[in-house]
Amino acid sequence: MATVVELHNETQRARTLVLDVPDWPGHRAGQHVDVRLVAEDGYQAQRSYSIASAPETAAVSLTVERLDDGEVSPYLCDALGVGDGLEVRGPIGGYFVWDFAQGGPLLLVAGGSGIVPLMAMLRHHAAADAGARAGVPVRLLYSARHLGDVIYRAELEQLAACPEIRTSFALTRDAPPDWNGYRRRIDRAMLEEVGWPVAEMPHAFVCGPTPLVESVANLLVELGHAPARVRTERFGPTGS
Amino acid sequence: MQAEELRLDGNAAGGALREIFARDVTAAIARCAGCGATAPMGALLEYGHAMGVILRCPTCDTAVLRAARTPGWTRVDVVGISFLMIPENVANS
Repeated sequence: MATVVELHNETQRARTLVLDVPDWPGHRAGQHVDVRLVAEDGYQAQRSYSIASAPETAAVSLTVERLDDGEVSPYLCDALGVGDGLEVRGPIGGYFVWDFAQGGPLLLVAGGSGIVPLMAMLRHHAAADAGARAGVPVRLLYSARHLGDVIYRAELEQLAACPEIRTSFALTRDAPPDWNGYRRRIDRAMLEEVGWPVAEMPHAFVCGPTPLVESVANLLVELGHAPARVRTERFGPTGS
Repeated sequence: MQAEELRLDGNAAGGALREIFARDVTAAIARCAGCGATAPMGALLEYGHAMGVILRCPTCDTAVLRAARTPGWTRVDVVGISFLMIPENVANS
């Protein structure tokens, strides 16, 4: 049983739960946990949530997006308090993971809350020493509906100041007048502009709503990237 | 809602698979009995439902693994896997 030690509102719809998990064996960037809620009448609901924290951090952080018609996320986002217990199983997954030793370059593509496991990879990358980091350049493309939906915005801006990290954002619904990022959904031209040339043989990790993930993964393969180097984590339907 | 929108990766079934195999098998390589294609279990297509999970081959759509929980039993059909290669010494497995 994990205990909630901190809660942070990331956006109006997303909240980070910092958990103390006794006997946590450590995790790899990109892994998830299964969270199980049990009602007083015995009804159970279980969902998977990606780990946001780096393997180097002792506490385990999950960032949960509230789906208004969801069974689990409204409880985690609205009702759960510091000191509450939570049934957590994990870490889970040996496929959608990146260890620093795998090297780069890295192409991370996120839609909405799909940024969460990619953030664990960015934080894992940031935990390496500067000399090693320089050899593993990272490009992040993050699509969100509105600027206010961008999770970890301040931290991503800080990371973008590192010479080996380049971040690009696409806002699909509306954007501020002075917005100098993309104002459309991710498409082939965008991936060609911000992604790596095929010859660089990047490791690509794509995470977000299922339609976005499948579209981006197909485009990357069309562009010539090897399917085995394009790893996906589908989150299911979009929130609205 | 389209069925495609509900599709997840085999990776998402990692917790349920661990209950069956007693270890994390998302990095294990499965050969599809339908078409012979090989893929990590985590890269199969997952179609969840109330009682369990179906993993399908991304190449030919064959049902590679079906698992269902019924009272007192977990039922697993692996007729779609002709070969399974499980890596040793994977961290956290």
